[in-house]
Amino acid sequence: MKKSVYINSVGSVSAQKTFDNSEFLDEITDYEANELKVVAPNYKEYIPPAAARRMAKGIKMSTVSSQTALQEAGLKNVDAIIVGTGLGCLDDSARFVGDIIKNEEQYLTPTRFIQSSHNTVAGQIALGLGCKGYNFTYVNSAISFESSLLDAQMQLENDEATHILVGGVDEMVEHHVRSHRLIDHYKTEPVTLKNVLNSKTSGAIMAEGSHFFVLSNKKQDSTYGQLIGVETYNALSEQEVETQVRIFLSHFETAVDAIDLVVLGNNGDVNFEGFFNTLSAGIFNKTPQAVFKHLSGEYDTASGFAFWLASKILKSGNVPEIVKWNELSASNPKNILLYNQYRGENHSLVLLRKC
Amino acid sequence: MSKGIAITGMGMISAIGRNVQENFASLTSETIGISKITQIATRHKDEIMVGEVKATNAELEKQLGLEPNTYSRSPMLGMIAIKEALQQAGISDVNEYKTGLISSTTVGGMDKSEQYFFEYFESDTHHHHIDGLHAGDSTQKIAKSIGLEKSFMTTISTACSSAANAIMLGARMIKSGKLDRAIVGGTDALSKFTINGFKTLMILSDTHNTPFDDKRKGLNLGEAGAFLVLESDKIVKEKNKEVLAYVTGYGNANDAFHQTASSENGDGAVLAMQKALKVAGLKPSDIDYINAHGTATPNNDLSEGRAILRVFGEGNVPEFSSTKAFTGHTLAIAGGVEAIYAVLALQNNHIYPNLNFKNPMEEFDLIPETTSKKKELRHVLSNSFGFGGNCSTLILSKEA
Repeated sequence: MKKSVYINSVGSVSAQKTFDNSEFLDEITDYEANELKVVAPNYKEYIPPAAARRMAKGIKMSTVSSQTALQEAGLKNVDAIIVGTGLGCLDDSARFVGDIIKNEEQYLTPTRFIQSSHNTVAGQIALGLGCKGYNFTYVNSAISFESSLLDAQMQLENDEATHILVGGVDEMVEHHVRSHRLIDHYKTEPVTLKNVLNSKTSGAIMAEGSHFFVLSNKKQDSTYGQLIGVETYNALSEQEVETQVRIFLSHFETAVDAIDLVVLGNNGDVNFEGFFNTLSAGIFNKTPQAVFKHLSGEYDTASGFAFWLASKILKSGNVPEIVKWNELSASNPKNILLYNQYRGENHSLVLLRKC
Repeated sequence: MSKGIAITGMGMISAIGRNVQENFASLTSETIGISKITQIATRHKDEIMVGEVKATNAELEKQLGLEPNTYSRSPMLGMIAIKEALQQAGISDVNEYKTGLISSTTVGGMDKSEQYFFEYFESDTHHHHIDGLHAGDSTQKIAKSIGLEKSFMTTISTACSSAANAIMLGARMIKSGKLDRAIVGGTDALSKFTINGFKTLMILSDTHNTPFDDKRKGLNLGEAGAFLVLESDKIVKEKNKEVLAYVTGYGNANDAFHQTASSENGDGAVLAMQKALKVAGLKPSDIDYINAHGTATPNNDLSEGRAILRVFGEGNVPEFSSTKAFTGHTLAIAGGVEAIYAVLALQNNHIYPNLNFKNPMEEFDLIPETTSKKKELRHVLSNSFGFGGNCSTLILSKEA
């Protein structure tokens, strides 16, 4: 008999003020910009200043979000740590490459190289907790976080672990943004929070963030909801998305009309919004819809923000006005489906349920 | 005791061969692949030795039917390896069963990114490489090369234990019924990035690496692509597949000691080996041969040696060797290369020599096998350890 998987806590650092779990998008950080930095917590409250100085931003953000999640779950340690990141501590990688070129392979120091390793965040958290358990890092673009969810779910269902710290993190880095603007992945022109998802221009707004959760097969007072299912697909055509959603829901014995809220990963890139529109105008046209990337911006693990949002909605029963994507309103939703993809690849479906 | 997962295909390209058979021939004839670097123009070319795939990018492109300079080297090595693996497994339609691709890499497309890093802003000639840096891109290219679609695909990057973890995940997903078939492995090409990175850590040897030798000076970086096909009992039965060997054990733990160094007593390594033995339902005395991580860095070999002694006990350590003296340290894919070597060892009852070993280490009494040896092998244990404290162990067995 498979065990149920619960989301027992959340921790988030994002372009919105999400680091304080007592709030839920109470104050929105508006912008007119073409890239978004995180609303930073006071890192000094979490990290000794001496250690923070050389620490990559991805590690800093993740220290805060993972500590927040552990604290809320009332845990000092976990059985496993699983992290997703599209690009790792990219700032260090980019600087190291830049230095190699500029200094012609001389006068280099190891810190930037060490922090470049994709598994740095998972390793640092393990080091901080003294956690000798299972430790994994997934690095597959927009499904990096979902790979972590899937792995955790498998272990918890099979009772191979009781509490797992699962997260996703990505940094925003200048070279990456500038170079990807050259190929229209990111917008050049500033847009506003209100207009970004309807901008009808190419590219997304690059951002950053870190989201951690304690998933567990034991329910407790802090529990937000239940993780029912996760699936990812490397490539789907627009025409195949709807069919895939039906297949996915049937795997978890959930009818299309049982979905009370669908959360879509629209990022304002006109070239790829068809994937989302096919659902919002198709099988979910009578379902309350929500979006989040106007709040979080785009990055490989932005779907961690959606998972955070869905968890908060399940626990509070409240769908904030700012995330609503159609006229239908959902009060106290029971089943929430997340759908995300990036540039037509790496599609993910995640089903969460109130418990 | 759980049942092993069948391995039905293998493919690889490394410094000692462009397919599995060539690799095995090099291992048995003691032909090493370590040389001066020829494919990358680096300031350090006279101070380091590497395990380079003996082919230019142009030759790889030709073999794959690609236009010049379309892909970075990592996906090309992966594409060559995966093709061979699917061929051996007799798979013509990769989407026939619920198939997943689990790859691993540390550098992704870094070899091209570092070449055009600033040039991107001057000219658009190489803009197609901009999105090739991230790890998932190389995996998607490999997936496309075999026609995989609508499928589970992910990439693991846990430094030098990455591919061992890819194999572990594949086995776990088949066991839990999430996949019928998992194509697992990875790819890492040499780059200035890793050469200079390891140089700053001062763990690169200026000569041939000497695993478990008291006077070892560090590692030789290598490059490789390697994939294995894992299939469920259902497929093996339906398709009457020949099974090469089974993944019977796997263990993953974190040393939680230091970001780049292993703990003196190898706590993480001990846990990984113990977990793998537990999953396989085996005792240490059931292991017939250990293919060690054995990078030839002072830190790894001491830590791993102590961990092996802790798990197996003084005087009870089976034959062990590191094959890094042949291939160099192929980083993410080391665990994949060595899992294939473990299967070949099982198939041929052949233990590989730990080349370049002369002086026993002062700290303990552990002597690796220094010459090829024939021995009936039933279970081989393979270790892979990496930065970030990541420690992984696989057990490959003749029977499920």
